[in-house]
Amino acid sequence: MLSVIVIAHVVVALCAPWLARTIGARGYLIMAVVPAAAFGWLLTLAPAITAGESHLESYSWIGRLGVAIDFRIGLLQWLLALIVTGVGALVLFYCRWYFEAGANARTMGVLTAFAAAMLGLVTVDNLVMLYVFWELTTVFSYLLIGYDPTRRANRAAAMTALIVTTTGGLAMLIGIVSFGVLAGTFSLAAILAQPPTGVVAGAAALLMLVGALSKSALVPFHFWLPGAMAAPTPISAYLHAAAMVKAGVYLVAALSPAFAAVPGWRLAVGLLGATTMILGGWRALRQNDLKLLLAYGTVSQLGFMVLLSGFGTRATVFAGVAMLIGHALFKSTLFLVVGVIDHSTGTRDLTRLTGVARRLPVLAVVAGLAAASMAGLPPTLGFIAKESALESLTYLLGPGGDGTEMTPLVAALLLASIVVGSVFTVAYSLRWWWGAFADKRDVPKPDVHQPAFGFVLAPLLLGLACGVGGLLGEPLTALLQPLAAGVAVGEKSHGLALWHGWTLPLGLSLLAITLGVLMFWQRAAITQVQATFPKVPGADELYTAAMKRVDTLAVEVTARTQRGSLGNYTSIVLAVVVLLAGGSLLFTVHWPASVTPFDSVPQLLIGAVMIVAAGLAATSRGRVRALLLVGVTGYGTALLFLLHGGPDLALTQVLVETVSLVVFVMVLRRLPKYFTNRPLSSNRWWRVVLAALVGGSLALLALVASAARVAVPVSVDYYEAAYTFGYGKNIVNVTLVDTRAWDTIGELSVLVIAATGVASLIFLRSRVQRVQGREAEPASAAQGLWLRASGALDPGSRSLIFEVVTRIMFSLMMIVSLYLLIAGHNAPGGGFAGGLVAGLALMIRYLAAGRRELDEAAPFDAGRLLGAGLALSVLSAVTPALLGGKIFQSYDLRLVIPGWEYLQTPWGTWTLFGEMHLVSSTVFDIGVYLIVIGVVLDLTRSLGAGIDIQTEQDQAPVPQPESTRATPASGSDEQQVLRYTTSGDQGARP
Amino acid sequence: MSPNLTLAIIAGALIACGVYLITERSLSRILMGVLLAGNGVNLLFIVASGPAGGPPLIGVTPREEMADPLPQAMVLTAIVIALATAAFVVTMAYRSFQLNGHDEVADDVEDNRIRELAKADEASDSFEEIRFTDTGADVVSE
Repeated sequence: MLSVIVIAHVVVALCAPWLARTIGARGYLIMAVVPAAAFGWLLTLAPAITAGESHLESYSWIGRLGVAIDFRIGLLQWLLALIVTGVGALVLFYCRWYFEAGANARTMGVLTAFAAAMLGLVTVDNLVMLYVFWELTTVFSYLLIGYDPTRRANRAAAMTALIVTTTGGLAMLIGIVSFGVLAGTFSLAAILAQPPTGVVAGAAALLMLVGALSKSALVPFHFWLPGAMAAPTPISAYLHAAAMVKAGVYLVAALSPAFAAVPGWRLAVGLLGATTMILGGWRALRQNDLKLLLAYGTVSQLGFMVLLSGFGTRATVFAGVAMLIGHALFKSTLFLVVGVIDHSTGTRDLTRLTGVARRLPVLAVVAGLAAASMAGLPPTLGFIAKESALESLTYLLGPGGDGTEMTPLVAALLLASIVVGSVFTVAYSLRWWWGAFADKRDVPKPDVHQPAFGFVLAPLLLGLACGVGGLLGEPLTALLQPLAAGVAVGEKSHGLALWHGWTLPLGLSLLAITLGVLMFWQRAAITQVQATFPKVPGADELYTAAMKRVDTLAVEVTARTQRGSLGNYTSIVLAVVVLLAGGSLLFTVHWPASVTPFDSVPQLLIGAVMIVAAGLAATSRGRVRALLLVGVTGYGTALLFLLHGGPDLALTQVLVETVSLVVFVMVLRRLPKYFTNRPLSSNRWWRVVLAALVGGSLALLALVASAARVAVPVSVDYYEAAYTFGYGKNIVNVTLVDTRAWDTIGELSVLVIAATGVASLIFLRSRVQRVQGREAEPASAAQGLWLRASGALDPGSRSLIFEVVTRIMFSLMMIVSLYLLIAGHNAPGGGFAGGLVAGLALMIRYLAAGRRELDEAAPFDAGRLLGAGLALSVLSAVTPALLGGKIFQSYDLRLVIPGWEYLQTPWGTWTLFGEMHLVSSTVFDIGVYLIVIGVVLDLTRSLGAGIDIQTEQDQAPVPQPESTRATPASGSDEQQVLRYTTSGDQGARP
Repeated sequence: MSPNLTLAIIAGALIACGVYLITERSLSRILMGVLLAGNGVNLLFIVASGPAGGPPLIGVTPREEMADPLPQAMVLTAIVIALATAAFVVTMAYRSFQLNGHDEVADDVEDNRIRELAKADEASDSFEEIRFTDTGADVVSE
């Protein structure tokens, strides 16, 4: 059920953009329904939870890592879930009026999603999932604080909150992983039941504490919380008062019964908690912005709550949770009241507000109740909670520090600092109410317009709960007592009640109230005193300085490592190859015992030719010369493949080499004859050295590596697998279309992307509709021509022999390509080779009679071919899975057409169809075939036809005679979009 | 196993020539270098794949005389991808000529700017200095 609720939150959140557009802020009412329903469902759990049971829900996720989506609602989780959903529903309800003027769809959705993450956070049992929810709340908080990214304040505050809380979160993650390793489980309940011990466990607990402290904005992480007030007020009320910042308190309360005794835990919790309480209260006293005043008040109270729940005695844990409930109620009330005042008067500056209580009396009373609860005045919930808190701390004065081994002096200091903090709390609570509602002299009365009833309903309900809660001490005590039962040390709390008799805590409460009222009365003097305090650098300044250092360091590092020179980068990469891979040769003990000098004489001769060609290519100045020399090495490689026993490789290499030669020539016709002339510089000698080192190291590495083989090659099983599972005899082809078909899918994607890249570099915007359908030209125009489109050519650039040969060759090549495709499963060939042959056939058509002829040959866009091929290959991969097999599983079919197997002729029996053996992976190979044709067609269209058109429109570069440069295209920067126009069609032939 | 020395030397020589060209500035020369080095690397695969043998076709070559098919399948993939990459790079060279009249890969302008920032010990442009005043006013309102 809980998972359904969480998912329902997400679903509603996803509807937010649509709701915000159609019904505006009223969408928040729909948003509010979900957490309200969750609240109702949680209430139905009450009998079971109070009986000491837990609600469990479990879904497996990453079983092998021990990550499961386990929800476990015990008493503590149940209380927090009630707060999260209850306050959440009311805040969303309130938003409907707060955002009356204009609902931001993103805020609406993210706020609801946040509620889901928060609910998950407080109910999940698996610590890894807890971390996931924890960081989700951080991310949503970031988005909500930065709701208006155009304002610097929002950006800065959102970023600060994100960095501070995720830093703590990362520390927590280390703690979680350590716990998982030590305890063998990530279940929070299991870890708490049997806490791991030892130094590592202690460190892990402290790291978790760091995460909790950063989330709950304790010193030294406190500064992000006031900044977060840049978010809209309801968001501050929910995230930064009632829910998210309580996550830290929750975690501390959950962990402290098991880990409070870890060395350093109580010290950290006590020292930081007390410091935060005093510092927050002191700063709250000097705020004039009502919301900021509350924010610092929240910081102060969070310190108090973490201190209580982290101390880990029976009484403190009890009091801590009581305070947590009280705080959630009064702080959300106060924030929502600030929102109403802000709306009604247009300001939240307490120096400009006066007489608001007379205009909004109900609100003033409710806010008064909440403020009294914050100050700890009777008879509110805040008062009885604070009584129990002070009581729990007085036990520490006793012998043995109530089981904490705390010395009496330290306990007394702690108690004293809490009393000081309480004095401040009383003072700033009074100051807040006075600032918001009281009459002030010499202040012009602001316009106050009456808020809608719905707008004040949420703060009204929450505020009344603060007051009523004070009278419910007895049932609340009964509810919360089981929490203390799980704690090992300390006296039991006397419970929550308005009257316990004349006790020390009551005396301390009275003292705090008296001094607090005094401070408020003398507020002018206090302000003067505050102004005389020395300004000391705070944690926030350290943070800013650190961020600046990080940024300048990044600039330094980038400036040093990112020189922006391509040659530089490649040289560094290659130097690393020499140093690491080549250097490892120096430590190699086992060199091959023997080498084969050469396999055959042809191998030796081909090798010699290739080395010479490569050397000449490297030093050649002419573009075409270099290209041809590189081609020589390519064809040589093909021959070497053949000699080595790779007919498929040789075939493909020859075809690829041919296609690339044509492609390059099509481009080179528009480029200058010579490469850019580089002056001889010392640089060149370094490059020679680097080149020699890389080549030498790799050659030696290949020798060593092949001699170092100890394992059986993985391909040893390919022999059987190819025929048994792939139903093919050509093992290489079966490897491509079946055994390692995933590789081929990746490769096909690269092909499609590269071809699309080429097309976009030439045609810049769109390549569709480049292809003209065959025009309704008179049939006579094509009569007497070997190729249909050659009539449109300039007679001077026609070659009759070429046209005749093309006419004959084209059909033959297409048949060969189909043969290669079909036969490829059992003999050399396959989709790649077949596709390349077909592509070459198309290229020849283009070369013979220009781009119109290409359109005649392939009257469709290459993109369609690419898409169809990709779709076909993916489909053939997925279909077996849909039929209950595995992805890429192959099936075979033996087909005999009765009566058509053989042809009886007078000269003997001829095989006609015979027994046909069809293999499903052929479909995949057809996809490959189509894609390869598409790629070649795309290259020819772009680099052949496209450059032709650019030449006609003066958009191609013009090589300057006797120069290494070209004149850039006339329209250079703002390239016009090319259109495939037929007017003045002068199919140029390269 | 005794590896083939000739093939290793050819591969080394092709890679060396390729590397020499790859460290150039002219894009079309870099491309030539990539192609040369690519051929060399494909040969390395063949050296490492074991001794030469018959074509890996069942029924044509006896099993024990077959060359290892797996490196062949890998190299086949590499060959076809090399075609696509080469076509893309040559188009980039063309485009560079179209726009600038040459195909030299210039140094990155943005990186130069970062170097100047580093010289002046400044933070990057995206850095926003946040000042938290004691009253928090700076981060809460503009």
